[in-house]
Amino acid sequence: MSFGELLITFYIFILAVFVGFEVISKVPPTLHTPLMSGSNAISGITIVGALIATGDSNTSTTLIGCAAVIFAMINVVGGYAVTDRMLKMFKKK
Amino acid sequence: MRENIINLSYLISAILFIIGLKMLSSPKTARPGNFYSSFGMLIAICATLLDKHIVSFHFIIIGLIIGSIIGAFLAITVKMTQMPQMVGLLNGYGGLASALVAVSEYMSHYHNQTLYGITTTTITLIIGAITFTGSVMAYAKLEGLVSGQPITYPFQKTLNLLQFFVIVGGSIFLCIHPQSFIWFIVVGVISFILGCLLVLPIGGADMPVVICLLNSYSGMAGCAAGFILSNYCLIITGALVGASGIILTQIMCKAMNRSMTNVMFGAFGKVDSSSIDKTKAVTVQGYTPDDALVILENASLVIIVPGYGMAVSQAQHNVRELADILEKKGATVKYAIHPVAGRMPGHMNILLAEANVPYEKLYEMDNINPEFERADAALVIGANDVTNPAAKNNPKSPIYGMPILEVEKAKTVIFLKRSMAPGFAGIENELFLMPKTMMLFGDAKDTVVKLVNLLK
Repeated sequence: MSFGELLITFYIFILAVFVGFEVISKVPPTLHTPLMSGSNAISGITIVGALIATGDSNTSTTLIGCAAVIFAMINVVGGYAVTDRMLKMFKKK
Repeated sequence: MRENIINLSYLISAILFIIGLKMLSSPKTARPGNFYSSFGMLIAICATLLDKHIVSFHFIIIGLIIGSIIGAFLAITVKMTQMPQMVGLLNGYGGLASALVAVSEYMSHYHNQTLYGITTTTITLIIGAITFTGSVMAYAKLEGLVSGQPITYPFQKTLNLLQFFVIVGGSIFLCIHPQSFIWFIVVGVISFILGCLLVLPIGGADMPVVICLLNSYSGMAGCAAGFILSNYCLIITGALVGASGIILTQIMCKAMNRSMTNVMFGAFGKVDSSSIDKTKAVTVQGYTPDDALVILENASLVIIVPGYGMAVSQAQHNVRELADILEKKGATVKYAIHPVAGRMPGHMNILLAEANVPYEKLYEMDNINPEFERADAALVIGANDVTNPAAKNNPKSPIYGMPILEVEKAKTVIFLKRSMAPGFAGIENELFLMPKTMMLFGDAKDTVVKLVNLLK
């Protein structure tokens, strides 16, 4: 990776951190638990790396990748489903 | 061409994640927001499957199915009171997945490591591993498998510091000699151990901070994995989650008036027993629900202060029933929510939402505090430290400076409490001795049920 590419990667990273701070600080305390489980589900995005490791032509990583897919998927499905279950309960009078 | 479609899909996913989080800023839009976010995840997964590096799908399909079934099972069966454990555990799985991605990346590039590759791989491994075991330990503490009390032993900090240095030293060595498989394992294993040991000395009342921090770590682990793969979608998403965890951590620390370092390394709650004045043994008069009945029947404003005790005894539905009856009798009922009530941010809010309490009746600390002086009764259900006036009056108290709910200003304070045992911080609460305080001892749920029956 060239220095230029690395720099762009860092640009994206830094901007994303700022967007994160902006967006999250507007979430009211009443929704903090769903925020945690929801953002938790999003962090299951690491499944992208897990999928590539599993399906790669290099078979030595298949099993480790498969384990990673399982755990990331628990995180994704469990996180979104439980968040939905919680948000369903928030009602006005 | 295929590459472009994949990258475009990743961009759409990232946008959907941001929109999803943004819609969480109101309970009205939160649910569709969560749906958009999950749709973004589906797009990211499908796009990845188009990647030309993926040649075999058997294990992918197996992994996706097993993971989905376990995840769905957990989400459906978990009780709302167990939500802190659940979130803790899910954080851990995310961290473990990132750590495993790091291991597989290390193996597949074993013979042609670049400095960039080995650096990012090692960082991902370390953060992922610490997140995993730290979360498992937090889960064990919250579930009661390990004592919720801070666990300390001699040379604890020295030992942790030593491990930290081994990890740092090992990582530097690894970056210089990427083929040193032994050091890769050493760094990984010690990171796993360190994650466990870092959470061990942290008490149950500090769990909100730990869960937030681990949430942030799981995002950072994903972000680091994004750096290994040079995948912008992972980097953006990981950074979002990392930022979210950090913000919540800050809010929690502020609500306890403590610094991050103090929470992480202070072994709070381990109060030196010699500092508690045992000569001043006082007996507190216990009241009966009948005594409380007189107060509640004639009250026009009742403020309910829920705490972890309500979660433990699963009393939220009965509390709502009690509030309904009081409202029928003409009283106004409001709920005062301290930011660190319970074991995770927003813990009380979801329990009360489960019991169909409209969220407009839940008030944050700063909004409800001026109302206590007008309240005829403050009904404290399983909360203690968050109401302790020592936080304002006693500079020697370990919780001095922590913002509290000012229940002492109410005309009568009714405490539902299991026993006279001090709260989690191990501090006496002077409120218990005040003349206007009524102590109702017993399980919170039983007491609330008794009150409901009497009021009927």
